[in-house]
Amino acid sequence: MIRDLFSKKKKYATIPSEQAKQEVPEGLMTKCPQCKSIMYIKELRKNQMVCDQCGYHHRVTSSERIAITLDEGSFEEFDAEMISKDPLQFPEYADKSAKDREKTGLNEAIITGKGTIEGMGVVIGVMDPRFRMGSMGSVVGEKMSRAIQRAVDERKPFIMFAASGGARMQEGVFSLMQMAKTSTALNRLHEEGLLFISVMTHPTTGGVSASFASLGDINLAEPQALIGFAGRRIIEQTIRQKLPDDFQTAEFLLKHGQLDQVVARKEMKKTLQNIIDIHRPAHTGIKED
Amino acid sequence: MAEQLPFEKPIIELRNKISELKTFTLEKEIDLSGEIEKLETRLEQLEEDIYGNMGGWERVQIARHSQRPTTMDYIERIFTNFMELHGDRFYGDDEAIVGGIAKFEGEPVTVIGHQRGKGTKENLRRNFGMPHPEGYRKALRLMKQAEKFKRPVICFIDTKGAYPGQSAEERGQSEAIAKNLISMAGLKTPIICIVIGEGGSGGALALGVGDRIYMLENSTYSVISPEGAAALLWKDSGQAKRAAETMKITAPDLKELNLIDDVIPEIRGGAHRNVDTQAGYIRQTLKTALLEMSKYDSGELVNKRYEKFNNIGEFDHVNGVMPAE
Ligand SMILES: [Zn+2]
Repeated sequence: MIRDLFSKKKKYATIPSEQAKQEVPEGLMTKCPQCKSIMYIKELRKNQMVCDQCGYHHRVTSSERIAITLDEGSFEEFDAEMISKDPLQFPEYADKSAKDREKTGLNEAIITGKGTIEGMGVVIGVMDPRFRMGSMGSVVGEKMSRAIQRAVDERKPFIMFAASGGARMQEGVFSLMQMAKTSTALNRLHEEGLLFISVMTHPTTGGVSASFASLGDINLAEPQALIGFAGRRIIEQTIRQKLPDDFQTAEFLLKHGQLDQVVARKEMKKTLQNIIDIHRPAHTGIKED
Repeated sequence: MAEQLPFEKPIIELRNKISELKTFTLEKEIDLSGEIEKLETRLEQLEEDIYGNMGGWERVQIARHSQRPTTMDYIERIFTNFMELHGDRFYGDDEAIVGGIAKFEGEPVTVIGHQRGKGTKENLRRNFGMPHPEGYRKALRLMKQAEKFKRPVICFIDTKGAYPGQSAEERGQSEAIAKNLISMAGLKTPIICIVIGEGGSGGALALGVGDRIYMLENSTYSVISPEGAAALLWKDSGQAKRAAETMKITAPDLKELNLIDDVIPEIRGGAHRNVDTQAGYIRQTLKTALLEMSKYDSGELVNKRYEKFNNIGEFDHVNGVMPAE
């Protein structure tokens, strides 16, 4: 079921740069994969890509995510010019990366930077599954590690929106080691007593799920997001039985104690604001009457 | 009788021929020593040629050899006073990971490793060395214990990967692995990791965030198995041989890419040919590593570990957004 939604979602999730946006004709209609309602893409976008009939969360791009999360005009991007190398000279990797750059207008599968949420400063990372399925290679690891260091230097909370199929196979053990690299960076943040909020969005799987995404002081997820370590097909082959429909959804993880909350997209900014507010260092202690 | 790998066939045939001639000499009392000597020289040359020029796929086969020494084989030979400690204190005891306390050269240490079984029965009990979350949580418990008592941690890595199963997902396989990564990153005691067989993906890395990472010469470390990579890349898991070469997963490959600290040499033909000697090689490396680590206080160790992993990655820069032409 999840996979079906995934493939159907692709066609209206590609609205990256201004240039690409114009390629989507205004007034184009789309059908909600869950409730089958027909709606204008324009209306859907106004509604943060959430179906107003059934609440289905369509995929958003990294730039849209930043727009709906941070205060308007507050975002300042880090390391936008960083691109991947091809350390293993892996067949077709360089070509495919180049094509994804062209298709998405992104240089890599992650955007990092800083901004404010209701006036409070944060460092943020947002992954974009349109670029190599959001897979984590050297650039994703390096940009995250640098962003975390900025959070440490500026003593700000770090928020990470994960959306990734896992480690980037084409970078071999370099990509595997990014799991260790991001976790090592997060340990530094942790030692400094700074806040890390992990938000898992559709999909958060494999090596990303098994590293930084699971390491939030507070772990949140969007409704129905696919989250898990091993792929459904591999598990079904291994245990030779069908898995329940809700297996590895955000709701499944919540039930099994792996998440603090499942938060609807429209509640996300308010939720983040409240968490950050509670963790502000300026508290002076409870006053006497 | 040792399992024979396809690429070893010429060596084994020649070895059999030599032994036939020797039997013949003994039974018929005909002196064939000249002939035998010639063949033995040829065998020496053949072994040199075949074992000295192994590619990725040959090493994968040796790493998966049914007689390949396991964590417990090395623990018995390298440490004294080993006492196994069980359980994660949350759910259960995962026999796909063993761990405990021991002495190395008279000094206390904590030893942890993935544990495959030998034979079907033990393999079922040990889940073929593929851990559930409780295995990783046991490992973490033992590492924290080592930190408290200021003894080094030695990890043997040998797994196809973390177990892909329903119960593993329900109990938080991702979280268990992730928690080990961040906790090892901050552990205030030396951690030495040695890949002794297959190092399969995140399930291997969960014991792999150390101050030193070594690999036995015929072991592998990979983000995905050659079969898995072939299935994804070429929709054909039969192309595993090609994937094994492309993915750069052998110890010499990873040393060349600077992703590991060193390669521990193996006996010609593989560690299974003489476990005692192989254990001796590992002991030497461990001794050197631990001596070196003893120079650093816990703060320096954690900082160096951060630098070590933070430096891994290959990237470039462009000016502005770079569209493909
Ligand atoms: Zn709907």
